[in-house]
Amino acid sequence: MDPNEVVADVDETLARYSDLLFGTAITVYVLAMFLFLWALGSARIRRIQSAEAQQLVGATSGRATSGSAPGGGPDLNKPGKLETAPRQPFSEKLAAMAYPVVIVGVLAHLASIVTRGVATDRAPWGNMYEFISLTCVACVIAGIVVLRKAEHRPLLSFVLLPVSLLMFIAGRWLYTQAAPVVPALKSYWLAIHVSVISIASGVLLVAGVASILYLIKMRWGAPGDSADQQRTGRTAALRRIVDAIPGAEILDRLAYKSVVFGFPLFGLGVILGAIWAESAWGRFWGWDPKETVSFIAWVIYAAYLHARATVGWKHTAAAWVNVAGFVALLFNLFIINLVVSGLHSYAGL
Amino acid sequence: MSTPTLTPPTRPAGRPAAPHWLLRRVLWPLRNLWRSLTSMRTALVLLFLLALAAIPGALLPQRELNEQKTLEYIDNHGAVGEWMDRLQLFDVFSSVWFTAVYVLLFVSLVGCLTPRMIEHAKSLRATPVAVPRNLGRLPRHKTFTVDGTPEQIAERVSGRLGMWRRSTTERTLSGGTAVVEISAEKGYLREFGNLVFHVSLLGILVAIALGKVYGYEGTRSLIADGEQGLCNTSTAVYDSFRAGSLVDGTDLSPFCFKVDDFSATFLPNGQPSMYKAEVSYTENLADGVPTDWQHTAIKVNEPLRVAGDRVYVLGNGYAPTFSITFPNGEKRTQTVLFIPEEMATMLSSGAARFDTPAGLYPDEDERRNNQIALQGIFAPTAEFTGTGGTLLQSASPTPKKPAVAIDVYKGDTGLDTGRPQNVYQLDSDLMHQGRLKREARVNLEQGQSHTLADGTIVSFDGYKRWVSVQVSHDPAQNWVLVFAVAMLAGLLVSLLVRRRRLWVRMVEVADTADPEKRRTVVEIAGLARTDQAGWGEGFSDQAAALVDGADGARRRIRGL
Repeated sequence: MDPNEVVADVDETLARYSDLLFGTAITVYVLAMFLFLWALGSARIRRIQSAEAQQLVGATSGRATSGSAPGGGPDLNKPGKLETAPRQPFSEKLAAMAYPVVIVGVLAHLASIVTRGVATDRAPWGNMYEFISLTCVACVIAGIVVLRKAEHRPLLSFVLLPVSLLMFIAGRWLYTQAAPVVPALKSYWLAIHVSVISIASGVLLVAGVASILYLIKMRWGAPGDSADQQRTGRTAALRRIVDAIPGAEILDRLAYKSVVFGFPLFGLGVILGAIWAESAWGRFWGWDPKETVSFIAWVIYAAYLHARATVGWKHTAAAWVNVAGFVALLFNLFIINLVVSGLHSYAGL
Repeated sequence: MSTPTLTPPTRPAGRPAAPHWLLRRVLWPLRNLWRSLTSMRTALVLLFLLALAAIPGALLPQRELNEQKTLEYIDNHGAVGEWMDRLQLFDVFSSVWFTAVYVLLFVSLVGCLTPRMIEHAKSLRATPVAVPRNLGRLPRHKTFTVDGTPEQIAERVSGRLGMWRRSTTERTLSGGTAVVEISAEKGYLREFGNLVFHVSLLGILVAIALGKVYGYEGTRSLIADGEQGLCNTSTAVYDSFRAGSLVDGTDLSPFCFKVDDFSATFLPNGQPSMYKAEVSYTENLADGVPTDWQHTAIKVNEPLRVAGDRVYVLGNGYAPTFSITFPNGEKRTQTVLFIPEEMATMLSSGAARFDTPAGLYPDEDERRNNQIALQGIFAPTAEFTGTGGTLLQSASPTPKKPAVAIDVYKGDTGLDTGRPQNVYQLDSDLMHQGRLKREARVNLEQGQSHTLADGTIVSFDGYKRWVSVQVSHDPAQNWVLVFAVAMLAGLLVSLLVRRRRLWVRMVEVADTADPEKRRTVVEIAGLARTDQAGWGEGFSDQAAALVDGADGARRRIRGL
């Protein structure tokens, strides 16, 4: 045998199990997403029923006072008057059911990552497919932690939506056979730098989702405006789902908490990357496209934290900044890897 | 106003004097400019500008990273490309506008930090703010009535606020009622961490700047045969050398090294598995003669660190060896570097130029017209395809069956012109002008040769490996790391520490049932002084635990 050739030592069976588990994870995530959405939707129905009940009560006392505030202005956030027995509502039952489903998805996902690592005998985040997989599992776990309160759990559907989308893209178009990595990636820094960056990205994606929901809520979620309730068609349906999303203030706080965790972690990842680059590429910082966009994302998140401490920028503007950070992260993941070539582009993506 | 020049001594009564023009026209505008520059809003705008300004650096080819690609891009875009170049869009990170943004940002930072540091130093010595008159107005507020005198309660509460900065005042109301008040504050570290974060950013910038000014970076391609060496004693030993403005090349770190062997291993699919260069190096250059050679290996993630510099192996390739035997029997041998064209198969291309032996052609013009030049490709594992099986391809990056496909030229190779030429390519102008004529196109495997019409023999003797090495020197990079770590630590502290104020007022009351028993009304109020401190439901329990006489209560104040 040629002394310059080495055998790719990959456990094919285990790698196949990893792929199966990846597919299982996507399926379970999608299932959980629909369960949560259903939970949100049925919470909406219950509220409308109670609102109608209130309107009936109000009608006896004369409802022709004003079109905009009928029935003395039913408070949609309070339980309806005809609701007698305080039994657990259907929506909460659904959400309670969906939560363990997500956990099952995470377990399958983690198992997929671990088996791939064992199959290839290296840190299982050496190409874009694997990186997205790790980022997604970090994102879901961060979502589970951040949205652990029972009343916030249905929001996980909005975390699972981009996650299953990303995982589908990764599995469909970016899939790479389990194989050893190129020499540049044969370093313990792969295990450290990439995992930290990936987990930080996952956490920051949750923050981005929270801010997007916040903006939607601020824009379309005007509470108690019952004129909108009468609208029909798609607008009304969307609006009812928006109404079912918890309060804007909660979303704002969730976004902030995630950034407070994700931002230093992302900074740590960049610093670790710089240490690696110093021994791999001859300099600790060289404005490689990936480095540049990481810098941009870092500056945007720094701006987000500053915006929150600045009068006039606190709420909607800060949320937009967070969304810009979200876009920068996705841009760094896709456009920089797939379109712009740089030192971070390795064979097989 | 104390300055006589600015305030006229006599002024009409009832009308305030107009401020001196110098104040109005110069000082005030300057002060306002400074104030707006150091405001948070400006800092925010500058942060956005910084992010925005960096975008072309990610999307457009940058001269610093890839000169060739940049020139191609400019060529492909014609006038637009030239205008983009004029706007420094291909040198973003050294451009005037990018520099302007970050310099302004850092000026704004210094302007913002200086007063804050003074303020922070003062606050470290100040006593906590006195207890407000009406605690009930504060958002978090709780009242208890407990057994004991105010002094006893105060001692207990104070003891449980171990980490807080606190001050206790005692007084007696007009009716003889004893009142004890405690003001407590914690979270000074938050501002400290915040200041450390921002100062460290400045530190990073300064360290990077110093590294750029005093650093250098040289690259050189070396044949890995243990003979060709490099001594870092002059900038002339490098193929290319980039240095900071304060490096004149006389003070480089003294060391020598040579590459003894290079090996590359590949997976069966052609993907590289590992590159490894065996090198010898020494720092002992007494009298200019390197001695005491030491041996080590440089791998992809493991540079050689010697004399404060780093030596990297960043590229590699094959260098075929050719011999020309001239008609008079004289032989010239050269090993020339070929550039890899396909990384997966290491199919490489290059050129070689041979001068005629001295004395073979006495006439200068004749000598020049009989030089030999070769140009072609090298395949480590030859595979012949195409019609007649003459098209050379490479099947593998490992040298199993090395072969070359070369064009042999005779004529003026341009060596005498003194004009700089591309080492890896022959000058096509010389061919078009007919000064360099193609004599043959041949495929040669290792050891094979070809004889030209005039009896000149061209042979392909074998190959060597070459590596491109980079020597880097950055005296400040460890400081960049130190400041980066300090920055991160400061950031964590400033994000995680919570600034809180707590006020406790204890007023003695008489127990209606038992006049001898001492009772105290305790009012506790808290104020969260940071964004999103989220001091919500926990407050009531924590406040209760503060005054609770039970021994286990101390544990319940956690999170306060």
